[in-house]
Amino acid sequence: MSSLQMPKVDNAIMSKKDKIASDLRRIINFKNVLSNPDELRPFETDGLTAYRQMPLLVVMPETVEEVSQILKYCNENKVKVVPRGAGTGLSGGSMPLEDCVLMAMGKFNKIIEIDYENRCVVTQPCVTNLAITHAVQDKGFYYAPDPSSQIACSIGGNVAENSGGVHSLKYGATTNNLLGIQVVLMDGTVTKFGGKAMDAEGYDFLGLMTGSEGLLGVITEVTVKILKSPEVVKAALVGFPSIEDAGNCVAEIIAEGCIPAGMEIMDKALTKATNDYSKAGYPTDAEAMMIVEFDGTEHEVEAYIQKTKEIAEKNNSSSLKISKSNEERLKFWAGRKAAFPACGVLAPDYMCMDGSIPRGKLAEVLNEISRLSKKYNLPVANAFHAGDGNLHPLIMFDANDKESLRKCEEFGADILKYCVKVGGALTGEHGVGIEKRELMCEAFNDKDIQQQLTIKVALDPNSLLNPGKVYPILRKCAEEGRVHVHGGKTKFPDIPRF
Amino acid sequence: MEEKQNSQTSLDFNQNIFKPTSRQEIVEIVKTCYKKNIPLEINGLKSKNKIGRNFQSEKTLDLSDYKGIIDYKPEELYIKVKAGTPLKEIIKELDKNNQQLAFEPNDFGYLFSGESNSGSIGGVVSCNFAGSRRFKVGSVRDHILGFQGINGKGETIKSGGTVVKNVTGYDLSKLISGSFGTLTILTELSIKVLPKPETSKTLVIKNPHLKKALDFLGKALSSSTDPSGGVFYPDYFGKDFVLNDLTHDGGLTAIRIEGPTNSVDQRVKRLSKELGLLDQELSILENEQSNIFWNRTKNLEVFKKLESNLLRIVLPISETLQVIQKLKSYDIKYFVDWGGSLIWAAFETLDAKILSDIKDIVKKHQGYITLIKIEDDLKASADIFTIDPIKYKISEKIKRSFDPKRIFNPGKMYTGI
Repeated sequence: MSSLQMPKVDNAIMSKKDKIASDLRRIINFKNVLSNPDELRPFETDGLTAYRQMPLLVVMPETVEEVSQILKYCNENKVKVVPRGAGTGLSGGSMPLEDCVLMAMGKFNKIIEIDYENRCVVTQPCVTNLAITHAVQDKGFYYAPDPSSQIACSIGGNVAENSGGVHSLKYGATTNNLLGIQVVLMDGTVTKFGGKAMDAEGYDFLGLMTGSEGLLGVITEVTVKILKSPEVVKAALVGFPSIEDAGNCVAEIIAEGCIPAGMEIMDKALTKATNDYSKAGYPTDAEAMMIVEFDGTEHEVEAYIQKTKEIAEKNNSSSLKISKSNEERLKFWAGRKAAFPACGVLAPDYMCMDGSIPRGKLAEVLNEISRLSKKYNLPVANAFHAGDGNLHPLIMFDANDKESLRKCEEFGADILKYCVKVGGALTGEHGVGIEKRELMCEAFNDKDIQQQLTIKVALDPNSLLNPGKVYPILRKCAEEGRVHVHGGKTKFPDIPRF
Repeated sequence: MEEKQNSQTSLDFNQNIFKPTSRQEIVEIVKTCYKKNIPLEINGLKSKNKIGRNFQSEKTLDLSDYKGIIDYKPEELYIKVKAGTPLKEIIKELDKNNQQLAFEPNDFGYLFSGESNSGSIGGVVSCNFAGSRRFKVGSVRDHILGFQGINGKGETIKSGGTVVKNVTGYDLSKLISGSFGTLTILTELSIKVLPKPETSKTLVIKNPHLKKALDFLGKALSSSTDPSGGVFYPDYFGKDFVLNDLTHDGGLTAIRIEGPTNSVDQRVKRLSKELGLLDQELSILENEQSNIFWNRTKNLEVFKKLESNLLRIVLPISETLQVIQKLKSYDIKYFVDWGGSLIWAAFETLDAKILSDIKDIVKKHQGYITLIKIEDDLKASADIFTIDPIKYKISEKIKRSFDPKRIFNPGKMYTGI
């Protein structure tokens, strides 16, 4: 992995490590300040395991007041702070800096209030995404955004990254399902944006903070809305003789006014790989395979499934299966959810890209990826959240071979640049972090980036909170941007990734 | 779409109202104002320009000629328009493909001038007032995919794009929504569009009691019948809704169900059963009349040409009953939207003391008040928007980061911002 430039290490801070540690131990329980290398090791990386860096210290605050005091202390003493939730992020957003205090929010792990009358849950930030659903499902409710790492990722991290999921076409990403947050700014100011009432007046700081990747504040409390679980959920598994047919089918389903809860496409390479891996019963002879899921009342789902069937047949579908039971529906998804480990079997390493494209450009982009695959002589498999245009190419390579790694990096950057070129975005849901930082100038010009940096400076004048993330340091577009997995071993091999 | 920024136009700076037709003209106006420290009032179609504080500005930027649809891709579910484009024009275009802006923005024309004026899309986004579908589909800001604007230094900036999934950089589309033109001059907006539901039906329950109404709405919104609108009109507004399918002219609770026709029928039946309604207390509005009903609600038609003061109060649903009971000690007419979270309340008399008391009540119940229509005397002294000192400080910083010399609508939201 090519080395990554991070903000200049402050040697004065490095030399004051012991003093800073003892100062922090006066602010919070001394046991919650970690300083010896063995204790720091688990925090050296997040879900983007290709990059590692030990922090100067780790603090694990237990109260909002402690978070505020630590940030105030660090601000006054010019110590960098990197916030961290569950550490499952895929773009290196919580990778430590050598001279930083890593603020691990793991002790904020309680649900504060379940309020069915206002249909919301107030929770601490390190509660996992899925735990919120688990807390309300006995009353028939759930929390809609479902990033695939939902068993492990924290809701605070979801807010920081504006996480999406398979169902974000119909239900939106985190930003559309949030009612309020409590935030501590770098100077220690504690404030709340939003609350149980919708659309708080004034500037939409809730919207600004969501997806700001830990650069503007540390989230200490989250209020999310919960929805009534749909009565019926059904899925269809459809095979197509070409990517174009699959793409047209997607466009037509949307144009007909059916908004599926989820709609996924996999190319032949991935269909075969996942089917071999998970025996999901996929049509492996199809050039493209689509899983489309509808939820709602019985009549509604039936109507949409029927329409999907007609549209699929019109677009030359080669096979079509409708789930007859919930078990069968989950089986349809099992292969898709095993996309990452299935690729891990095919090659020593793979990189997962995360570009966003207009739905109608799917065939064009896949053709380009296939051309690039030949050019770089590296195999690739593609998964696509077709409903909302989020493409995840998985490039297979061998990290022990430097040339293979270099080619993979170039290949990945070329894909993301092409996504931007056809009107898409550099990242649909993984975030920019350190991973796509230098590619930001593909999507934005200097003025755009400058405006964003001015906002950062307004809230964190010394640029101490999570510096070196999201915005280019090199001021040139380096060839980077992917999730790297070696030997099928991710940081959390048991978390589904797709 | 990138125009050259340095090509010169023949800008006559002596005029007081600028009506630009190109982005280059806007850039030049802003650059000159920035250089000369001249405040600008920014207007679209003036449908909502009376909302907000009065402020002094030497020049006016009228964006009503900066209009037009740039790109509409029905299958990609987005439309890209210039900010001065009338909302009506956009809706007409979307109608052709049976699509809509799902957030149903309010039409304030009836309130302020007695007739429809739904304004420009730039104004709709700048105010961020969403209609009855709010609790189901989100607010205006949830549908803004990206924008291009001019900041206070005359620089063209953009954020977001035309794709739904995009987490590249700060989400400035949210920040500019509801900023009342104080951060940037919007030039282009990319907006998410959605298919129109096949059918809309409305269950109207004859019921004059607020408590019972909130109970119905709470149950409906927590049921799997997935309603997309829920309002309560007290007795005095009943006569405003006499429709073919609705002969009852007293207080009413209305719940809208949308979707494929057979599913709507099924859900309407189920909902009336879940709410334990008897046939005689119930009317069903079929598609066309259902649409008329919700349009009147969205247009605030019960407050057409209202003389007195109109306040918009947003609360957690659990607090609505108590707040209205407290407000009833004043001379008010109100209705409840957003399934119980939004109160539109007209006050026959309102002065600084009453206003301050009402604000205290609402704040205590975790909500907020926006003064929508208010007498000029009071407007000069009252805070239109409420803000606490910490958020004021942050807002000031954010304002400066976009508009360092405070030339865009200075003071429209808060003194000093």
